[in-house]
Amino acid sequence: MNQMAFHTAPGAMLAGMYRSMLRIRMVEEAIVARYAEQKMRCPVHLSIGQEAVAVGASVALTASDQIVTTHRCHAHYLAKGGNLVAMLAELMGKATGSCGGRGGSMHLFDQPAGVLLSLPIVAASIPVGVGAGLAFQQEGKPNVVVVYLGDASVEEGVFHESANFAALKKLPVIFLCENNLYSVYTPLADRQPGRPLTDLGHAHGMPTAHVDGNDVEAVHTSTAEAVARARGGEGPTFILADTYRWREHCGPNYDNDLGYRTITEFEDWQAKDGLSRARARLKTVSAWSGAQDAAMTKELLQEVDAAFAAAELAPMPDPTNVAKGVYV
Amino acid sequence: MSEPRVITATEAIREALDLALTGRADTYLMGEGVADPGGVFGTTKGLIDKYGPQRVIEMPVAENGMTGIAIGSALMGRRPIMTHQRVDFALLALEQLFNTAAKSHYVTNGAHKVPLTVRMIIGRGWGQGPQHSQSLETLFGYIPGLKVVMPSTPADFKGMLLASIEDDNPVIFIEHRWLHYVTGVVPQGYYLSAIDGPRRVHEGGDVTVVASSYMTLEAMSAAGALADRGCNADVFDLRVLRPLNVSAIIESVRRTGRLVVCDVGWKTLGPGAEIVAQIAELALDALKKPPIRIGLPDHPTPSSLSLAETYYPSAVQIVNAVSRLCGLGEKDTEAARQDLIAARRGVPIDQPDPSFKGPF
Repeated sequence: MNQMAFHTAPGAMLAGMYRSMLRIRMVEEAIVARYAEQKMRCPVHLSIGQEAVAVGASVALTASDQIVTTHRCHAHYLAKGGNLVAMLAELMGKATGSCGGRGGSMHLFDQPAGVLLSLPIVAASIPVGVGAGLAFQQEGKPNVVVVYLGDASVEEGVFHESANFAALKKLPVIFLCENNLYSVYTPLADRQPGRPLTDLGHAHGMPTAHVDGNDVEAVHTSTAEAVARARGGEGPTFILADTYRWREHCGPNYDNDLGYRTITEFEDWQAKDGLSRARARLKTVSAWSGAQDAAMTKELLQEVDAAFAAAELAPMPDPTNVAKGVYV
Repeated sequence: MSEPRVITATEAIREALDLALTGRADTYLMGEGVADPGGVFGTTKGLIDKYGPQRVIEMPVAENGMTGIAIGSALMGRRPIMTHQRVDFALLALEQLFNTAAKSHYVTNGAHKVPLTVRMIIGRGWGQGPQHSQSLETLFGYIPGLKVVMPSTPADFKGMLLASIEDDNPVIFIEHRWLHYVTGVVPQGYYLSAIDGPRRVHEGGDVTVVASSYMTLEAMSAAGALADRGCNADVFDLRVLRPLNVSAIIESVRRTGRLVVCDVGWKTLGPGAEIVAQIAELALDALKKPPIRIGLPDHPTPSSLSLAETYYPSAVQIVNAVSRLCGLGEKDTEAARQDLIAARRGVPIDQPDPSFKGPF
């Protein structure tokens, strides 16, 4: 997705962002609907509820800009233009999967789309993203890197090591921290003192922003400012985006019955759903009609169904190659 | 014809880094101390003046983060050369090395390459003690996707370092601190020493001795003293711990029927254990006697000289092992031991053996 594509008509950028969010939601809901078939034989960390962060940020990037992400990578991957069929094929362990069946859902990447990698060890992808920024700087390229991280990542030393170096060398990096309040079942308040997360950016000498992570336009505005600074050689920015994971940490279900979060809290966040708000906003700014919405939903449903069908038809990887590719 | 050039391994390493920085614009150095006045025991000395801080990055004390940063840059086409002054510091970077560097090429089905070289200094010295002088090559050798090289000669230090830098895989380049002082014939200019497997460094038909890194020098000293008593050892410098290539060792054991392996690190679960296991799997019938492993005893490295005296195995232990396997008489064995002790000229165990200056 390219920033330039949306400047053609009023509301066109918002429509594009809404479409991207809706597409991600529909892909994730389709995974939920099909997961019990046991064709996707790997863990899934769904992004439902967190789409606005991925989409708002991606719209500020070009294809050659890079992102790095985490175990919860679906939304980031798709928003950046990652191939949908390759993603679903990877979840099904197919030869045509993003990793040829070697990585599963937590290792999605797409070179042409600028999805450098996803890593499932908390905070592990942060320095890799900063390293991509170092490469851009060393080669004099105008590109930037968005490093997606969760609220638990800042508990890892490697976040601080990476932020320190990025700030020291003024690397073109945006640290985009999605605070969804929980590390699996453990709330933020049990893991960190009550200081603003943005203080961590300040501590490393970076400008920071705190945005409503369910407001796709706010995320885009903040990211675009950070991207402009990074492209201008002014170094990294730390953006904190508040959001909420609807489903269980890992898997297709809801898990509110476990009691680690309250129904009230859950319902409050559902009421702040980024997708619904983007749709409402689109209606306000561009007379977005129910018919248009239905047509978009229908078109996306066809795409998602076709992508699942293509992934299901794809061959399994050849087991005789399993030991190949350990070394170049 | 001019005399072959003899330089130290320190100079050979520095020359390799200089050639890599000149020859490839995608290379850069990074490490704690690479741009400081000491220059990592002299191995990077002056390179900051020649190439500047963009190519010779004095890094923050953040081993895991900086390793991940090196990996990220490598994924984008750069060719980082990282240095840890002590292998003990690299323990902080295991997550990135084991999870990201080692697995990226495999996990992406060949799409990603991590052309990263990480120099790690192992060894011993002046009371460095339990956390500044470990030999942890086994840790890295355990991980598929990493290459682990352990040169012992100055010519290999230069050629294998350049080969590591040219390699599109992550390569752990293990330098024994005491080998920095060793001198040897080192060709001028750019050349590569293949990361392929062991090299025979002493020929014989009575016993096979496999050593790596610094222990290769001890094994060669032992082989010299034994040869004077008519016992001929087939000595191999392992050179490459992973991918491990034992074919030359098997061929040798089939001739000698006897095997001694010498590690620089702990004996238990060390490279020697793996070599003995592979020989047992592939050539048990060739063995006339049970193999002997030589390595460090199962306790941390003590600092005090008095405690270190019995900690480090040397050529004397290798002579003892060979003597047991080959049935060398006590008189000859004692004479060989006395030759080795005399060659040390009373230098304490916490200082490099003067006879190891070479040239090798």
